[in-house]
Amino acid sequence: MSTAPVGGGAVSPPARRIPAAPLAVGLAAALLLSLVCGVALGAAGIGLPRALRLLAAGLTGGRLEAGEAAAYAIVWEIRLPRTVLAAVVGAGLAATGVAVQALVRNALADPFVLGVSSGAAVGANAVLLLGAFASLGVWAISVSAFGSALLAMVLVYLAARTAYGLTPLRLVLTGTALSYGFSALTALMVFAAARGEAARDAMMWLLGSLGGATWGSVPIAAATVLAGLAYLACAAGRLDALAMGDETAASLGVDPDRLRRELFVVTAAVTGTVVAVSGAIGFVGLMVPHVARMLVGAGHRRVLLVAPLAGALLLVWVDIVSRTLLAPAELPVGVVTAVLGVPCFLLLMRRRGYSFGGR
Amino acid sequence: MDLTLDSVSVELAGARLVHDVALDAAAGQVVGLVGPNGSGKSTLLRCVYRALRPATGAVRLDGDDLHALTAREAARRVAALPQEHSAEFDFTVAEVVAMGRLPHRRGLGGPGAGDHARCAGALRRVGAEHLAGRGFLSLSGGEKQRVLIARALVQEPRLLVLDEPTNHLDIAHQLDVLALVRQAGPTVLTALHDLNLAAGHCDLLYVLRAGRIVASGPPAEVLRTDLLAEVFGVRATPVRHPVTGAVQLLFDRIRPTPED
Repeated sequence: MSTAPVGGGAVSPPARRIPAAPLAVGLAAALLLSLVCGVALGAAGIGLPRALRLLAAGLTGGRLEAGEAAAYAIVWEIRLPRTVLAAVVGAGLAATGVAVQALVRNALADPFVLGVSSGAAVGANAVLLLGAFASLGVWAISVSAFGSALLAMVLVYLAARTAYGLTPLRLVLTGTALSYGFSALTALMVFAAARGEAARDAMMWLLGSLGGATWGSVPIAAATVLAGLAYLACAAGRLDALAMGDETAASLGVDPDRLRRELFVVTAAVTGTVVAVSGAIGFVGLMVPHVARMLVGAGHRRVLLVAPLAGALLLVWVDIVSRTLLAPAELPVGVVTAVLGVPCFLLLMRRRGYSFGGR
Repeated sequence: MDLTLDSVSVELAGARLVHDVALDAAAGQVVGLVGPNGSGKSTLLRCVYRALRPATGAVRLDGDDLHALTAREAARRVAALPQEHSAEFDFTVAEVVAMGRLPHRRGLGGPGAGDHARCAGALRRVGAEHLAGRGFLSLSGGEKQRVLIARALVQEPRLLVLDEPTNHLDIAHQLDVLALVRQAGPTVLTALHDLNLAAGHCDLLYVLRAGRIVASGPPAEVLRTDLLAEVFGVRATPVRHPVTGAVQLLFDRIRPTPED
C-alpha cells in the first residue's frame, strides 16, 4: 500500500487498524450474547437455555410452568434491568470519555475530570449519611446525586469561563481543584456521621454499584445516554476539527467555544444521570476511548461507533464478575473494572504501536 | 477572490493590537505580511480566518463581509494554515486531509466517494500520496506542512491564509512550500519572517509595525533600506544574485537605541 518515504528520520509503519463497521457488528453481537449471559449467570444458577426460555416467555407473553415463577422474577425483575443498566452505563461512560477528551484536548481526561463524580458523591452521601431528602424515598440518592452533579458542573463552568470562552487547560484545572473541594465535603460528612458503617457505605457508593437497578431507573438512563450518543454521532466531524486545535477548528468552520459549551452540557447531563444510577464507576470513561482509538484510529466517527459498544460489553462482564466471584457478597464495580481492565489495557497498548502526544 | 480589509482593528483583553488596517489582494495574487515579532501579523490573519472578530472594520471577500457569513460558509471560501501544533490524538494523514471537506459536508454522513477522490488528488498535488496511511504525528515538519496544505486545498477555498508556513522547515522545503501555494490557485495571504523569501515569492508586501501598516506595494518598492532600518532595526545591503540576477538582502544589526 504505502511506501516508506526517503529520509525524514525514523519511519514508523502505518498504524494497524481494524475496519470499524465489522468490528462494531461483532461487538454488538457479543453484547447481545453477554446480556443473555448476564441474565443466566449469578448467585442463583439459571443456565443459558432456561434464561433464554424465560426471556422469550416474557417477550412473547407465553405461559410458564408452575415452578418457574421464582426464576422468572429473578430474570425479569432483578437480572435483566441490572444487566441492561450495566450496558447503558458502560456505553454512556465510554462515550462521554471520548467527548471530554476532545473537549479538554487531553488524553488523560475522563468524564469525572470536570468534577461531576465528586459533586455527585456529595449529594449521594448527604442522603446515605445524613438522611437528606428522605421524603423522596428510594429516589432520594439518585435525585440528590444528579442534582449535586449538575450543580458541581455549573460551578466548574462558571469558575472556568473567561471572556474568551472555555479554554481546555482552565477547564481541567478548575474541575480538578473543585473536585478536591467536593471530596473534602464528602470526607467531612463521613467523619461527622453517627453510624459506624458510614465510611463503608460511602466507599461502596464511590466505587460504583449496579445493585440498585430497577425498571424504574433504566428507561431514564437509557434515554439520556442514547440522546447523548446521537448528539455525539452528529458532532463527530466537528470533534475531529476541535482535536486539531481551536485555530484549525475555526478555519474549518467550527466555532470551538460553541462546540465546547454544547459538549459540556451533554457531558453534564449524561454523566450526571449515569452517576446517579450507578455511582462513580472509574476506568471505563478513561480507558475505553483509548482502546477504541488503538483499534480503529483517532477519527471520531469510528471511535464513537466502537467505544460505546466496547464500554457496554466491558461493564456487563464487570457486573457479572462483581456479583458472582464472591457470591452472595458483591464486589464494588470500580474494583473489578480496574482488575479486569488494567491488564487488558496494558497488553493492548504494548502490542499495538499506539501513540499519543507524539511518541 | 478579491480580499479587502477595511480599516480593521483588533482588541484582545482591552488592548488594541491592530489599528485601522487596510489591505487589498486581487484574485490569484500572493500577498505577504511582514513585520517584527509582536507586530500583529498573526492577530490580523486570525481575523481573516475567523478565529478572531475585528473590533471595528470588515474583512470582505468579493464584497461579502466574512464575519456576516456562517462559520461553515466562510470556511468554504477561506482555508488556513494556523501556527499551532496540537499533538494529542494520532489521526492518519488521510483523516487529517479529509477534515478539509468538513465545511462542505451535510448532515450525518461521513466523507463520500467524491471527498475521497478530492483528498487523494490533493495529496498527489503536494507530493504526499505515499503518506496517506501514516500517522500525522509521525511525520517530519516538511511532510506535516505539505499534508496541511493538502487539507487546505480540499477545502476548495478562494483565499488561502498562511501563518509563517516556512517555520521549522529546511531551505528546500521552504522553497517547495511557497512554490506549492503559488501554483495552488486561490489568492494567498501569508505572514513571512524571511524577507528574501517574501521578496521572491510575493506579488505585494504589507509591512506591519506595532499593529499598523507602515508600507505596502511590490517587494522591490517596499523593502527599502531606510524602512528596514526603521521597522526591523537592521542595516540591509542589497546584492545581486550572481546566477539568477535576483536582488537579495544581507542584514546586520543596528545597535538598538535605549528607547527600543
